[in-house]
Amino acid sequence: MSQSYNRGLIEDFGRWKEFKAGMWAWIFHKFTGWMLIGYLFTHIAVLSTSIGAASGDPAMIQAETDVYTTTLQGLEDLFIIRVLEVGLLAVAVFHILNGLRLLMVDLGIGLEAQDKSFYASLILTGVITVASVPTFLSGVGI
Amino acid sequence: MSTQQQEPETQEAPKDPDMKGAQSPQDRRLAEKESGAIDEESEKQAELEGETVHIKVFRYDPEVEGKQEPRFDDFHVPFEKGMTVLDAVMYARDEYDSSLTFRHSCRQAVCGSDAFFVNGKQRLGCKTQISDLEQPVRIEPLPHQEVVKDLVVDMSHFYDQMHAVEPYFQDEDTPDVNDLEEQRQSPENREKIKMSSRCIWCGACMSSCNIAAGDNKYLGPAAINKAYKFAMDDRESEEIKEHRLRILEQEHGVWRCQTQFSCTEVCPKDIPLTEHIQELKREAVKKNLKFW
Repeated sequence: MSQSYNRGLIEDFGRWKEFKAGMWAWIFHKFTGWMLIGYLFTHIAVLSTSIGAASGDPAMIQAETDVYTTTLQGLEDLFIIRVLEVGLLAVAVFHILNGLRLLMVDLGIGLEAQDKSFYASLILTGVITVASVPTFLSGVGI
Repeated sequence: MSTQQQEPETQEAPKDPDMKGAQSPQDRRLAEKESGAIDEESEKQAELEGETVHIKVFRYDPEVEGKQEPRFDDFHVPFEKGMTVLDAVMYARDEYDSSLTFRHSCRQAVCGSDAFFVNGKQRLGCKTQISDLEQPVRIEPLPHQEVVKDLVVDMSHFYDQMHAVEPYFQDEDTPDVNDLEEQRQSPENREKIKMSSRCIWCGACMSSCNIAAGDNKYLGPAAINKAYKFAMDDRESEEIKEHRLRILEQEHGVWRCQTQFSCTEVCPKDIPLTEHIQELKREAVKKNLKFW
C-alpha cells in the first residue's frame, strides 16, 4: 500500500454524540472514579493539616477555639462547600451503583439489560441526590 | 469498473386493494392516483422527480490530485422500496461516479465485506434499509482503520488479530476408524457456541471498540469471539483449551475489555460479544485460582 489516510483523534472526539449507553456508563464511571480519588486526597490534606495544628485541649474544644473544630466549622459555613458535598454524594452514589452494575456484568448476569441498569443507576443517583439536598443545605446562607 | 449492477427489480404495486396500506409514500401516491385525489399536473411532477435518497459519501484517493484531501460527495439516488445502503452506493457508482470505491460481494450479509460507518454507527451496508435512516445518509469508511480509498479501509491488522488466536480446530486424537469417523459434538455444546460461529469477519466490532482504537495490540472483540468458539468446543482436549486461555489471558487479551458493549451494539450478526469475552475472563480466572 502506497499511502493511506488516518482520520485521527479529532474526528473521534467529534463523535461523542454517537456513544451508546454502555459507553456513557464507562465514561461516567471513569470520571466519578477520578473525582473520588481527588476528593480522597483533598480530604486527607484538610484533615491532616488541621489535626496536626490542633492542640486537642478539652478546654479549647469547649471554647470552640480548637483548630480542628474551627477549620471544619469554617468550611461548613461556606455555601460552596455544601454544594460540593451534594456533588460528592452524587458522584459516590453513581460510582457505587454503576460498580454494582459492573459486578453483575462481570458475573455474566443480565448482560442484555446492561443499558437499562445504567439508566436505572442514573435515575436512582438523581433521586438520592435530590433527596439529600435539604440535609446538606440546611442552616447555611448564600 | 467491471462489476455491472443487475437492473434492480422494481417493486410492483400490490394488485389486491386490501394490501394497499400506507406502507410507502409510493404506494400512497398510487392509491391517491387511483382515487383521483391528485390532479394530473402534480402527478406528472411526482413521476418525474420520484423519491430520491440523499447520501453523503466519504471520498479519498491518495493517487488523484483533487481527492487527496478527504471530502464528502453528495449523491441523490432514486429510492426503491427495500433499498439498502449498499444498493444506494452501488447506484451512485454505476450511474454517477464510477470511481466511487467500496468492497462488496454477496449482498446478503454473509461475506462481511461491506461494513461502513453509516450515520454514526458501524453497520453492514447490505443489511441496512435506507428507509430506517435519517437523511442525508452519511456513509463513511470504518473508523479507527486506515482509509485506503473512499470507503475501503485497511483490514490487515484486523486479520492479523483474528489469526493470532489460532482460529482452527486442533485435536491430536483422530476419531476411531471403526467408529463413525466423525468428530461428534453434543447438541448442547453446539448450541453454546452457535452464536459465536456466526462471525463474518466484517470488522464492525473492532472499529466500534475504543479500547482497540487506543491499544493496537488488543486482540479485539472479533478475535476473542473466535477464540471463544474453539475454547468452548468440547471436542478439543483440555490441554488445548488451556493453551487457548494462555493466549487470551495475556496483557492485551480479554482483560483489556472494559465492557462498554459497543461491539455487541454494532454486531450485524447479533453475536453477544461482551458476554463471550466476560465468560472467557471467568474461565481464565478459574484456571488460575487454586484453593488448595
